[in-house]
Amino acid sequence: MTAFLSSINYNAWIVPALLLLPVFGAVGLWAHALLTAKAPADRRWREVRILAFAFFLAEALLSLGLWWSIDPAAAGWQAAVDLPWIPQWGVRFSVGLDGIAMMLVLLTTLMMPLAVLGSWTSIRTKPHAYYVMLLFLTVGMLGVFVALDLVLFYVMWEIMLVPMYLIIGVWGGERRLYAAIKFFIYTMIGSLLMLVAILYLGSEASRVAGAPNFSYDFILSNVRLDPTTTLWLFGAFALAFAVKVPMFPFHTWLPDAHVEAPTAGSVILAAIMLKMGTFGFIRFALPLFPSAAMNPAVRSLIIALAVIGIVYGALVAMVQPDFKKLVAYSSVSHLGFVMLGIFSLTVESMQGALMVNINHGVSTGALFLLVGMLYERRHTRMIEDYGGIAKVVPIFATILTIVSLSSIGVPGTNGFIGEFLVLVGSYKTQPVATVISATAVIFAAAYLLWSLQRIIYNKLSKPENATIRDLNWREIGLLVPLLIAIVWMGVYPKPVLEKTEAAARRLVTYVEASANRVPVSASNTAR
Amino acid sequence: MLVEALALSALLFTIGVVGVLTRRNAIIIFMCVELMLNAVNLSFVALSKLYGAAGQVFVVFTMAVAAAEAAVGLAIIIAIFRHQRTVNLQNINLLKG
Amino acid sequence: MNPAMIPEGAHPLAATVARLVWLLPLLPLLGFLINGTLAMLGVAKIGPADPSANGGHGHGEVPGHADEHAHDDHGHPPRHKFAKIVSLVGPGVLVAAFALAVAIFAAMRGVEMEHPYLLTLFSWMPVGDLKLDATILLDPLSMTMVMVVTGVGMLIHVFSVGYMQDDPGYPRYFAYLNLFVFFMLLLVLGGSYPLLFVGWEGVGLCSYLLIGFWFSEKANADAGKKAFIMNRIGDFGFLVAMLLMFANFGTLDILGVAEQAAELPMGGVIATTIALFLFLGCTGKSAQIPLYTWLPDAMAGPTPVSALIHAATMVTAGVYLVARASGIFSMAPVAQLTVALVGAATAFFAATIGLKQWDIKKVLAYSTVSQLGYMFVAVGVGAYVAGIFHLVTHAFFKALLFLGSGSVIYVLHAAYHKTHNHDDAQDMRNMGGLRQYMPITFSLMWIATLAIAGIPLFSGFFSKDEILTSVFARISHSTLADASLLGMPGGTVLMIVYGLAVASALMTAIYMARMMLYTFHGPNRTGEGERPHLKEAPWVMTGPLVVLGALTAFGGWLNVPALLGAIGPVGGLEHFLEPVVGEAALRTTLGVAPHLPHSTELMLVGAAIFIAVAGIAFAVWRLKPAALVPRKDAPESTGIDRVLENKYFVDEGYAAAFVNPTVNASRTVLWKGFDAGIIDGLFVNGSALLARAFGWMGSQLQTGQVGTYAWVLLIGVITLLGAFTFR
Repeated sequence: MTAFLSSINYNAWIVPALLLLPVFGAVGLWAHALLTAKAPADRRWREVRILAFAFFLAEALLSLGLWWSIDPAAAGWQAAVDLPWIPQWGVRFSVGLDGIAMMLVLLTTLMMPLAVLGSWTSIRTKPHAYYVMLLFLTVGMLGVFVALDLVLFYVMWEIMLVPMYLIIGVWGGERRLYAAIKFFIYTMIGSLLMLVAILYLGSEASRVAGAPNFSYDFILSNVRLDPTTTLWLFGAFALAFAVKVPMFPFHTWLPDAHVEAPTAGSVILAAIMLKMGTFGFIRFALPLFPSAAMNPAVRSLIIALAVIGIVYGALVAMVQPDFKKLVAYSSVSHLGFVMLGIFSLTVESMQGALMVNINHGVSTGALFLLVGMLYERRHTRMIEDYGGIAKVVPIFATILTIVSLSSIGVPGTNGFIGEFLVLVGSYKTQPVATVISATAVIFAAAYLLWSLQRIIYNKLSKPENATIRDLNWREIGLLVPLLIAIVWMGVYPKPVLEKTEAAARRLVTYVEASANRVPVSASNTAR
Repeated sequence: MLVEALALSALLFTIGVVGVLTRRNAIIIFMCVELMLNAVNLSFVALSKLYGAAGQVFVVFTMAVAAAEAAVGLAIIIAIFRHQRTVNLQNINLLKG
Repeated sequence: MNPAMIPEGAHPLAATVARLVWLLPLLPLLGFLINGTLAMLGVAKIGPADPSANGGHGHGEVPGHADEHAHDDHGHPPRHKFAKIVSLVGPGVLVAAFALAVAIFAAMRGVEMEHPYLLTLFSWMPVGDLKLDATILLDPLSMTMVMVVTGVGMLIHVFSVGYMQDDPGYPRYFAYLNLFVFFMLLLVLGGSYPLLFVGWEGVGLCSYLLIGFWFSEKANADAGKKAFIMNRIGDFGFLVAMLLMFANFGTLDILGVAEQAAELPMGGVIATTIALFLFLGCTGKSAQIPLYTWLPDAMAGPTPVSALIHAATMVTAGVYLVARASGIFSMAPVAQLTVALVGAATAFFAATIGLKQWDIKKVLAYSTVSQLGYMFVAVGVGAYVAGIFHLVTHAFFKALLFLGSGSVIYVLHAAYHKTHNHDDAQDMRNMGGLRQYMPITFSLMWIATLAIAGIPLFSGFFSKDEILTSVFARISHSTLADASLLGMPGGTVLMIVYGLAVASALMTAIYMARMMLYTFHGPNRTGEGERPHLKEAPWVMTGPLVVLGALTAFGGWLNVPALLGAIGPVGGLEHFLEPVVGEAALRTTLGVAPHLPHSTELMLVGAAIFIAVAGIAFAVWRLKPAALVPRKDAPESTGIDRVLENKYFVDEGYAAAFVNPTVNASRTVLWKGFDAGIIDGLFVNGSALLARAFGWMGSQLQTGQVGTYAWVLLIGVITLLGAFTFR
């Protein structure tokens, strides 16, 4: 496989190709919309979803080669492409991957077709616009993971926002406008501060380089700032990412956005967009400002917020009457684990954090898909409206159980591996926080099993639930890959862990080494 | 001669301002605005005696613009009238916060 | 003891059938996959392509209802369409596994088992310093457990073929049961603590699924959930113990940890903390105070499940864990005293509740909790062999008791169905006099009762006696006697433990005799209609009972004490387990094997026998089965009886003290108060409101009157002109 990929020079074009294909897809869908303007709406809808799915499938298949073509152990960026973009400002189209980014790119490209299948029958209004939005969203999300130029990163970061805003605001539930605006403004406030920080970094870099420069690598190795500035810049980045993660107490956009978004929107939000925040910490906030991130006060604050998030998210999830909201709050808890793992800064915890990242994408993505399927049948998300449906929909019940167990972190599923690694690694540097976080294993079981019981077990007391039909082949087919991932990563996680091991180790070593470095003020460092 | 011309210009301008500020009828306000424009024109012409022909060139420009403005402005007023059956500006407050 | 010194292939077992040990867990897993697939095929009806398109047409009736009361017909309901193949696969994989276990056991007897046999299957979590492999650890201890799990498991699987034959969820049942055996074997064979933990949580999961097997009853689903969550509290302890191990030892391999633990200071903080957290895990899994309340509720599951999971195997995992981690426990006398004291307290406490239960399965459940307490007493005082011995004999007699009660319930249930009676088939007040209808079950259950009571030469006598003797021997000369717990000297603690253990032995004899008297003796209290239908259960159920009866009667010969050397080879199990737990056991007894003078030992044995006989005699003397009335006519009990019948109201206390406050605080304070109120209300929507307020103020300047704007403009111009002119 590797030989074949290098014979077609895969690494040289794959990243731009992944970013361009969805754009072509959008053009294709637009063309379809124009060509079939007179056709009956039902036919257009049936055609466009197939067309969109084909594009997403192509994107997924195209990206699969990354698994073999990226050498996770190699230092430096893989599949890198560097082209001038806005020469006057020194902004370049500079992209590249390491093991961490590669896993997230794969997560994105593989989840998207499933998300499309998940909204196969539920999205009937303005289908063209919907799928075009999903395609643009893909560009933005992939762009964030591959960008190696701060301005390019920022542009991609914001591009992502618009389609998601529209997906929630147009195809969402009853309070969709409130949720969409809340989501937009919340995220925007954070990222605007980050823009300021990026501009500041760019101007410093330009001063050092003597020419405009926003290159990540250049800033990383050449820009030295005084401690106070570092702290401020870190704060700006951290806020943007913390909102996205979302960390307690910046999480309240999440439940609303999740609940109101259509199924695909929720899936993408949970599975991919939340990963932007943690990825941002890993790629930018930690390596660029190690001294600030490892500042005892800052570090304790973030660890404390992560731990609060873990326990708080679980407790609040426990009392939610709305199943979708419950899953949303459970995300707060899970992402708290990721933050704990990142800021504990050991190889094990970092690897665990990356693992939880992927697992959360798979399990919570699957949970949202399942909620969506249930909603499509009964048009309610309230837990109390169900009960005893395991008798009626055994396939659904079985899959929901497996996915819930993965989310709880039962050994044998992927959830356990991630949480276990985070805890084992974090205990080395943050013992107290880790032990408190470990109580989440109790609360997670409490909230998911309790809701599971109230949905699929107990007596089938409501006659309207007796007529629910079980999953169809399409739905089973789209869930099976997720189930395979759940078991595979739980039993044999080594292949996945290997992909990120080197990058995680480099990051930990780098941050540890440079956190204690005597800061040199920028003015003294001119080459 | 210059002083008288400027004085007249000031007088006309003031009348225009007072008219704009105190009247309610859109047509009259519009005419007052024209009056102010012409007052300025007058001072342009008068001052060209001191500073050369540029002032007179400006006047030609201003008149061209004023003509266009009159056309657009009157059209707007007619459109408003068609909608509201009045051109009394007190009744037209779409921009109220 | 250093695992690095014995390469995998060099072990004598590597040349034998033991290298197939990985097949052991795989066989039940295979069974799970087959049965699980059949279960899905049996119930699955693929939905329509467009899920939102189907309205309410067609499937009008509530299907769950039809399923549950499928037996309401007089005739036998049709068996599950895959019943034949499931009956073959489900018990079949267990038979195969048991055969393999026997072969491996034979191979193990043939070689010198100085070192454990480690088999690395694949690299599991290679991360940073954590080099975790999926490793199987085969040594005498895991072998013993494997024999119990596969042997007793096989018998119970066979029994289930009869017990569950009419259940619509037949394949699902066997799928769960096979999965349970898989995880249980993983638990006992896992070569590292995390792998053991996989089995540990896995059996908990299966227990959850099987307790809630008839999930349409809310009580059953509740019981399953309760079991899982209480187990999770324990698992939290196990998890923290693993974190501590990794932080202090840098490894999580069982052998590596044992090796490092040996170098810790005796009674040090690290060993004590790790041991106590591990024990928290045990209290969850093995139903000890304070986490025992799930086990009695777990009786909601099918009775064979109670026999296999909640008596013979899973609940003893905690005992196994303490023995497995004996290297750590023996370094922490304080933790050992805690284990012993908690065990003794649980044994006593549960026995008192057992005295007044009416539900036959509840009696056995509390008896199990009590006997588990006994095992913890044993492993707590460092008598690991005695603990494991009691684990084995208990697996025999308690499985027999549960399956026997299962037979009774099955027969009564069938009788009630024939007469459309909805009485409780598990309440002893509805039984009585079953001796004449079910003679085989009756006599076998008496054997088990004598065994659990400690009547000489039955298996329970040997193991129980060994535990009591071990405790007594350590009162004077051990690390425990030198340590102190909460300011109390270790010797005193051990005396209390001994006292509690003896007292619970007395009560065990009483409540077991009571159960037998009420169930099998006296007049029959079933209705006239049911009586003709009472008969012995089919042979597929009685057969396993007979085998278990034999094991119960003669299981004691596994480990005959020196005192009774005349009746058989002395200390078989002791010698077998010596390489695994011998070192740790000696550490507790300060390097010398505990030895009591013959006279003392004889006196102790005599006292134990007296207590057992006295208990049974007391029950026979005081209890009058003839005076009992069926449940529906029974008056409400009062006073101490009521307290005991309601299990000291512990469940209610937990609900009031922990569950309800957590849920209510989460709802009102955290969610509605803090999340929706403060963060979202005050900060998020508050700032939005603030922005809106400023906007509103600004908008008030916007009158919409062109005149006003013109005035403002004029004033502005004049102000500016003035400012520039007169500055």
